[in-house]
Amino acid sequence: MPVNPDLAGRGYPPAPPYRVERERVRQFADAVFSTSPLSHDVEAARAAGYTDLVAPPTFAVVVQQGAWDQLMGDEDAGIELSRVLHGEQRFTQTRPIVAGDELTAALTVTGIRSVGGNTMVTAETVVSDADGAHVVTATSLLMVGADA
Amino acid sequence: MSALEVGELIAESDVHLTREALARYARASGDLNPIHLRDDVATRMGLPGVIAHGMLTMGLAIQPVLDWLGGDPRRILDYQVRFTRMVPVDEVDGAHVHVRAVVGSVGDPAGTRIDLTVTVGESAVLGKAQVRVAP
Repeated sequence: MPVNPDLAGRGYPPAPPYRVERERVRQFADAVFSTSPLSHDVEAARAAGYTDLVAPPTFAVVVQQGAWDQLMGDEDAGIELSRVLHGEQRFTQTRPIVAGDELTAALTVTGIRSVGGNTMVTAETVVSDADGAHVVTATSLLMVGADA
Repeated sequence: MSALEVGELIAESDVHLTREALARYARASGDLNPIHLRDDVATRMGLPGVIAHGMLTMGLAIQPVLDWLGGDPRRILDYQVRFTRMVPVDEVDGAHVHVRAVVGSVGDPAGTRIDLTVTVGESAVLGKAQVRVAP
């Protein structure tokens, strides 16, 4: 099944809000080898001016994951996970994610082009907080291989 | 920040990735793709064996910069990487990832650019790995 050439510009409604739990922040920090006290110790985070534990800079991937699932689950898009290679990733942040945040992630396909037999898909996931304020935009370049 | 010079090494780190580290990242991130966990699935996909999540490499590569900022990510405006080479993680030896963070440009209103060089052995595994830090 080839990638739908009309995919550019297609947006997906935000998945239900994702609540950032303290324990998830600690787990993620440990998993990326972060020893920052701001991700582990609530008092240290508050002393630095945050309301709660501070997530590491790439934590938004956790919410991006849900948005990707929507894209891969859209049969009309023609993107199967087994044929996808992650080519590039970018996070542009307004503020760090903190525990207690209720985040929504809305994915839009912003670009699509063919290179050789592969299709390069650019997917932009805008992550906002409960007030609707921008937190971070996660942009991915996915390389989708042709059918085997 | 004004004292920074282009080319200056600001931080460096060595990380030993193991299969346990991949399992830990899979749980923490929710990325349960079996090519990061099971050799049989990875080899069926044409890989030499289990490979690290690209996002794990990206996540650990910024840690020296975060440490340099005192552990506070507030000043990190933008972080981008290109995944140029897979990182196989041997069952016994794991993989040794080396990160060097060097000042790429200063004086830009968009922030100081920090360039990351991320290598396994002699090979770079990330390309155009750049962090923008607010002044």
